[in-house]
Amino acid sequence: MNMNNMKPIRGVAVIGTGLTKFGEHWNMGLKELAVEAGIKAVEDAGITGQELQLLVGGNMSGGLFAGQEHGAGLLADYLGLNPIPAIRTEGACSSGSLAVRVGYLAVASGMYDFVAVGGVEKMTDVYGPQATTALSGAMDYETEAYFGVTFPGIYALIAKRHMHDFGTTRRQLSMVAVKNHSNAQHNPYAQFRNKITVDDVEKSALVADPLRLLDCSPLTDGAATVILAPADIARKYTDTPIYIKASAQASDTLSLFSRRSITTLDATVHAVRDAYRQARITPKNVDFAEVHDCFTIAEICAYEDLGFAQKGKGGKMIENGEVELGGRIPVNTSGGLKAKGHPVGATGVAQIAELVAQLRGEAGKRQVKNAHTGMAHNVGGSGATVSVHILSNKK
Amino acid sequence: MTKEFAVPFHWRRFRERYQLIGSKCDHCKKTFYPIRVICPYCRRSGHMKDMKFSGKGKVFSYTIIRAAPEGFKEYMPYIIAIVELEEGAKLLSQVVDCVHKDIKIGMKVKSCFRKIRSENDTGIVLYGFKFKPT
Repeated sequence: MNMNNMKPIRGVAVIGTGLTKFGEHWNMGLKELAVEAGIKAVEDAGITGQELQLLVGGNMSGGLFAGQEHGAGLLADYLGLNPIPAIRTEGACSSGSLAVRVGYLAVASGMYDFVAVGGVEKMTDVYGPQATTALSGAMDYETEAYFGVTFPGIYALIAKRHMHDFGTTRRQLSMVAVKNHSNAQHNPYAQFRNKITVDDVEKSALVADPLRLLDCSPLTDGAATVILAPADIARKYTDTPIYIKASAQASDTLSLFSRRSITTLDATVHAVRDAYRQARITPKNVDFAEVHDCFTIAEICAYEDLGFAQKGKGGKMIENGEVELGGRIPVNTSGGLKAKGHPVGATGVAQIAELVAQLRGEAGKRQVKNAHTGMAHNVGGSGATVSVHILSNKK
Repeated sequence: MTKEFAVPFHWRRFRERYQLIGSKCDHCKKTFYPIRVICPYCRRSGHMKDMKFSGKGKVFSYTIIRAAPEGFKEYMPYIIAIVELEEGAKLLSQVVDCVHKDIKIGMKVKSCFRKIRSENDTGIVLYGFKFKPT
């Protein structure tokens, strides 16, 4: 991949964010969720909404979860934004961060000044097995889902091999879930704000050995929106613009078994390398990160693939407290996908909202001290699509 | 809401699923399952030929599925494995005729022809390979 010519012609800032509470919303459908997050973001940005020129919306499977494709058009309609263009992005569980990327590219290229980037998923109107089937579309359908593997099953294959190759332990997996639940206590938007123990995780039902129920992110309804604007004029709208210093993305095979390695997400490695190059930083400069912990093993792999730990040492990182709130590099201060919840199309946008809250110093009891540089890492499927964003409160 | 499709959706995969046919690049000699038209390593420098796998391999990683997707409930719990074939390519399948506590990484397995599942509305019975210990 030749990246020599990949430079933005101008900087991009986030000037507003909006989130719905994550969880089970019996009284809200796809459009109510998306509209609530959209209105909150517009209000937070200090704009009227008239300024918006483009809407980009991430949504994995409105069709299978809510009978509704054409999500971006729906959103523009109910947000009263017609006739501005509306684009839906889809990259399974990374659909949201792809929307952020498309919005970033639109502003960085000079084509648009004000872009609304939304993400939404309404997952609890279908029953569990139907949700499992919908999510299985993120795999290589004909060679993986066909044989009866589920997403927990795919990540269990990763976990089993990671334990075999590097000695990663059952207890280390559990500690990821314990940490993320602990962080979520302090996040008013999180789905699960209860503390759990290692014992709770290890006594929860086996889903796909070695992964148990409390290793898995839940089914969640939720939406998130961020408003993007050119960095040069961002201060007209907010005292605390947060700058996007890198927006990177990479691809790998849809099927896990076709990869060079099943314990390294090569797409993460490629995307983060490009992100560090764009932001001109190294892993040491990252103050905190939101990483894609759809399953506990995924967070341990992320520590390694993002360059926070050497390959195989991810398990040690959770053990020695480096990734806890107050540690060297706090990870998933929001509670992560595990405890904040994982409305798949919204997750990548919600990660950006968490970075903005931290970088503005508005994260309350979960605030990271001296937070200047944050990273968001969002994975589609088992790693076929990965995007990485780096944000900073310094221009 | 199981995904149910017309007959050709399955029929066009018979060579891959019944005869375990994939591809081999005549340039880098790497093997692939399922069939690919383009070698991801050599792209236009290589040409892909059909490759019939022997069906012999070993377990590269495994799990036991205890919460199944639609259509697989009656088989629960069942073993899913990534199998590394002796020719080099890997694939994903079920391991059957194996006591769950015996499955381990490195176990030698061989392919067999089995029912995968049947569909409710169309009545189509889906077949393909599974693997069993040798």
